[in-house]
Amino acid sequence: MRPTSHAFNRNAHAALADERLQEALNGTPQGMQSRRASAVAQLPEFEALREHGREIKNHVIAHLDLYLLKFEEAVTRQGGHMHWARDAAEARRIVLDICRKAGARHVTKGKSMVTEEIGLTPFLEANGIEAVETDLGEYIIQLRGETPSHIVAPAFHLKKPQIADAFREKHKHLDPERPLTEDRQLLDEARGVLRDKFIKADVGITGANFCVAETGSTLIVTNEGNGDLTQVLPRIHIAVTGMEKLVPTMEDAFTLLRLLARSATGQEFSCYTTVSTGPRRPGDIDGPEEFHVVLLDNGRSALVGSEMQEVLRCIRCGACMNHCPVYGAVGGHAYGWVYPGPIGAALNPGLIGLAEGHALAGASTFCGRCEEVCPMKIPLPGIMRHWREKAWQQQLAPPTQRWGLGLWAWFARRPALYRLASGLGARLLSGLGGRKGRLRWLPMAGGWTSERDFPAPPAGGSFMQQWQAREKRAAPKADGGKV
Amino acid sequence: MTSAREEMLARVRRGLAGRDEAAARSDVDARLERQHVGPIPAIGTVEGEAAIEQFITRARAAAATVERLAGPGDVPAAVADYLAGRNLAARARISADLAGLGWERTGLDIVGGKADPADTVSVVSAEAAIAETGTLLLISGAEHSTAANFLPETHLVVVPASRVVGSYELAWKQARARHGLPRTLNFITGPSRTGDIEQRIQLGAHGPRNLHIMVVGDL
Ligand code: SF4
Repeated sequence: MRPTSHAFNRNAHAALADERLQEALNGTPQGMQSRRASAVAQLPEFEALREHGREIKNHVIAHLDLYLLKFEEAVTRQGGHMHWARDAAEARRIVLDICRKAGARHVTKGKSMVTEEIGLTPFLEANGIEAVETDLGEYIIQLRGETPSHIVAPAFHLKKPQIADAFREKHKHLDPERPLTEDRQLLDEARGVLRDKFIKADVGITGANFCVAETGSTLIVTNEGNGDLTQVLPRIHIAVTGMEKLVPTMEDAFTLLRLLARSATGQEFSCYTTVSTGPRRPGDIDGPEEFHVVLLDNGRSALVGSEMQEVLRCIRCGACMNHCPVYGAVGGHAYGWVYPGPIGAALNPGLIGLAEGHALAGASTFCGRCEEVCPMKIPLPGIMRHWREKAWQQQLAPPTQRWGLGLWAWFARRPALYRLASGLGARLLSGLGGRKGRLRWLPMAGGWTSERDFPAPPAGGSFMQQWQAREKRAAPKADGGKV
Repeated sequence: MTSAREEMLARVRRGLAGRDEAAARSDVDARLERQHVGPIPAIGTVEGEAAIEQFITRARAAAATVERLAGPGDVPAAVADYLAGRNLAARARISADLAGLGWERTGLDIVGGKADPADTVSVVSAEAAIAETGTLLLISGAEHSTAANFLPETHLVVVPASRVVGSYELAWKQARARHGLPRTLNFITGPSRTGDIEQRIQLGAHGPRNLHIMVVGDL
């Protein structure tokens, strides 16, 4: 997927003006927030699990090379094949080669953000292989030629009539007069259409929520059961996943699973948690004959050992975006790349490059709710700040911001001048604020004041000047009060 | 040209430079060896009858239906009643280990082997049941078709009362001791569902719409 994250500001404005989108966004975060809150409240051990989860992932990242090798060894021992992909193009090529070698013409796909990241589905289609998303939300947006707007609920931004329109347009083989007003009618239609795809598929591609180093297993979590039909029916199962998804043992995976569903949907456990190890065993009734794991780097390895490495703990639950005022206002597409919300702001600059992604690091009010709810305790605002600093060092920040901060820095290094200038500034603004003490417009901050007034500083000069005046007034009394 | 594998490992190692290599290796080996169990919530520590009751309550909360049967011999009649009560076809795909329970008396049309897209009902046995969240553990193998857990609209699962445990960890440990590492482990909590249409939950997405669990005593 080609990122448009550099244009976050423009994207966000468009999103705010999009009435349909605003209607779809309206109210949904509250539901997601309260479901999570009640699931967490019902588990007194949640905090202890968070701590342990953090420890597990920190340990894995600090030993990532060793765990990758252990995992590879176990996958191979179980009869599977492990593939390493430096970047998106290499990962796509590996998958295509496996499909070609098998003579595959039909592929089904489980929901996977990593395959979105590498643009796998359109790539396979461009190469003459039918590739169908089978998660209902993913299927809907595939029909509409869109990308997901939420990492857990990809069609979060759509209302029912838009879904019905997409079905009518693409399911031409069905009666054009059929009713599509009820949820159930839409679901049944999708279920029917996708059943045929499941049965026809030669290759099934899933992601992996976790890769278990000890056993060489991949693990997926779903509610619909589509991921399971994707991986059990076709002859070949390919799991495409990021290299940071490793956990040492199944026991470690269970700790993270206790956090995942509660944080994502407020369920205690998702309907289906499925562990896949190698191809089918001799004598097994069903299951794939070949099992492949494609492990993607795509910028992740460069985060190891950096100030941003904690972002690699992410288990993609989506809680941070469900609680983010910026995401809630503009939705997922404005972020211009696969991972929206706070996790996108913290992760994307590392994956698509700072030049493209740095605008996202500013997509925050720094209210800190994302960090508060993140089950992996990732300091998301702190990481965004690091990216901002880096963008600054690399001179990627917009000129007005660079110029303004440069001017400030010049004054800040000259305290006497700084005091003089800020004192003058404060008096000037206070005068402009008039009796109401509010400013309708601020020089160089017209964008900010176009939506709200700025409280003018009180008369009496800058904070430093007022402080000094106060000290002077208080000084004799303080002396006199000494005993 | 270096391979992708070498390059990815080298990049990671660059970020981890300065680490005590010998200690790192022994840490990793110890961790894999030990299979350390993390904090188990109180709801995952129940045992015996308390575990069975909690399992039933929580499975129901996840929209499954549950009944208790005295012994395995009661399963065929219970299945026949369930299907008749819901006007479902009297035909089921069953897992091989349930074949000898005496289905002849019920008049149900019973088939074994791999599940087929035309199947509407399956009756299978579970490896374990987990009280913590009302979750079933099913495994693949020569007797168990994984597809039978997902293709039919109605999924009936038999689990011995003695196999109801508190936590995922315990279910996994016992299954591993009995079977090694099956190709597929399915942890199943309630029937399939989706919230993808305007965030409203609907049951019966791609997998079963009905999940009926029979907890069977060991008579
Ligand atoms: S950053 Fe935290 S809250 Fe956000 S998706 Fe990742 S794990 Fe969930």
